[in-house]
Amino acid sequence: MSRDNSTGEQPKTRVPAVEGLHTMEGEAHLIGGKVPGRETYFFPKHLAGGDPAASGAVELEEVLLSRVGRVWSYTSSDYTPPPPFAAATDPYEPITIAAVELEKEKMVILGQCVAGVTPDDLSIGAGVELVIDTLYEDDEHEYMVWKWKPLETQQS
Amino acid sequence: MEEIAILGVGMHPWGKWGRNFVDYGTAAANEALEDAGVDWNDVGFVSGAVTVRCGYPGYVAGSTFARALGFNGAQVASSYAACASGATALSVARGQILSGAADVALVVGADTTPKGFLAPNEGDRPDDMDWLRFKLVGATNPVYFGLHARRRMDLYGATSEDFARVKAKNSRHSVHNPRARFTKEYDVSDVLNSPVVSDPLRLLDICATSDGGAAMVVSSLEYARAQGVSDPVRVAGISTVTPTFPDTVIDLPYIATDSAAGSTPASRGFKTSIGDRVYAEAGVGPEDVDVAEVYDLSSALELDWYEQLGFCAEGEAEKLLRDGATTIGGRLPVNPSGGLGAFGEAVPAQAIAQVCELAWQLRGHAEGRQVEGARIGITANQGLFGHGSSVLVRR
Repeated sequence: MSRDNSTGEQPKTRVPAVEGLHTMEGEAHLIGGKVPGRETYFFPKHLAGGDPAASGAVELEEVLLSRVGRVWSYTSSDYTPPPPFAAATDPYEPITIAAVELEKEKMVILGQCVAGVTPDDLSIGAGVELVIDTLYEDDEHEYMVWKWKPLETQQS
Repeated sequence: MEEIAILGVGMHPWGKWGRNFVDYGTAAANEALEDAGVDWNDVGFVSGAVTVRCGYPGYVAGSTFARALGFNGAQVASSYAACASGATALSVARGQILSGAADVALVVGADTTPKGFLAPNEGDRPDDMDWLRFKLVGATNPVYFGLHARRRMDLYGATSEDFARVKAKNSRHSVHNPRARFTKEYDVSDVLNSPVVSDPLRLLDICATSDGGAAMVVSSLEYARAQGVSDPVRVAGISTVTPTFPDTVIDLPYIATDSAAGSTPASRGFKTSIGDRVYAEAGVGPEDVDVAEVYDLSSALELDWYEQLGFCAEGEAEKLLRDGATTIGGRLPVNPSGGLGAFGEAVPAQAIAQVCELAWQLRGHAEGRQVEGARIGITANQGLFGHGSSVLVRR
């Protein structure tokens, strides 16, 4: 789960900010739950709701969700969100947040956009991909989370 | 649906008073009892709307208020449904009255709210969706309001000026409401010059958090008649619906919607279904409504409600607003009280306060902000985690 960062400074261990929600190695994916035998997905898996068409007790399958989608809407947080949010920068830099629709799963998932993306860079329907990026860090760790990054073809 | 009577209403003014929430609720309850002409000792049921910000006394709000008024042996319940708590408390009281378990009930909610963003419970809470959205996304409440406002712009051509017009309208209404916290009149440029909170929404587009309390005394129609009240304002419908699966619109506090890949969403979305239920109970439709109090957590959300409550077709809310229909003097005034923009959120009191305003409107007692001849009013509101809230009153 750990690897050195690329700055050449003191290596920090990369750990997920919350365990089990996304991949940490290889391709970036959110880890969702799927109702067996049905095309019903949930994220995060451990807080899944129910599918009323699936009767009885259901043990969800663990699945990797699509890693590209289209922007359903977007906004920003120009003021620092309250704890437990931990800002990546001091002083706080406004973050951009996108709600992204996954075509196959037909669901919308929220996430921060990677640093440097502002609302002016986004439009509804634009393509984005999932990356695993630093949410915040301390002296020893980088705490990782999923973020949305505009696809190259969408950047002007 | 059988109706119940609203015999009296009361509110403690909204503000930042820094006192115990119990004081606000008790003041509101006493005003409602006096307004109703009902002796506290005759109240057989106390329905409290819970606050989760004031410790144990807030969790057992019904009992807390009953004790503050002087325990009289009444039966009690306390309800929590976030912003919808007041409507839930009213529905519990209606059930008690219509079942015959009580003739007259007190419904009351109050809060003392810290300044700034509403925040989740403390501690490391990865099993709490409300914690996860702050921790991993920084998704405050205004973030969700911003997402929905941006959709209006993209889908319907709404502008920042439209959102600012909502605030300007409601601020004009609030000037005449002594119970509102903010009674200053703002114009569109004031809103557009306030700082961005969650793009495209600005500080004056978004409601504050406040202290406040609201209460009402409700009874059976027989009890009202026995009191000599022949033409009371009546509760004709209450909606506390939940969404139907799959709910495909992202909303508080979730970080993902349901998946519609294997199921077809209902033709009417969650927020539209809130009004559908209350209209069906009351046996009336949107065309019958004279006045509305809707949850303008943000200015843009008020526009959503115009469509969700059927006041206009989807995409036509901006036109309804620009035409002046939703201003006092228009065909269907919305938020004559000034709305949340003038009050700020006092969560458990808010849905009750909406009904208080409609009661004053239907009685013709809303001095300076009266909607002339109002006979049917509707409230709409939504609590996070899927709580619908709408009350239809008529006279």
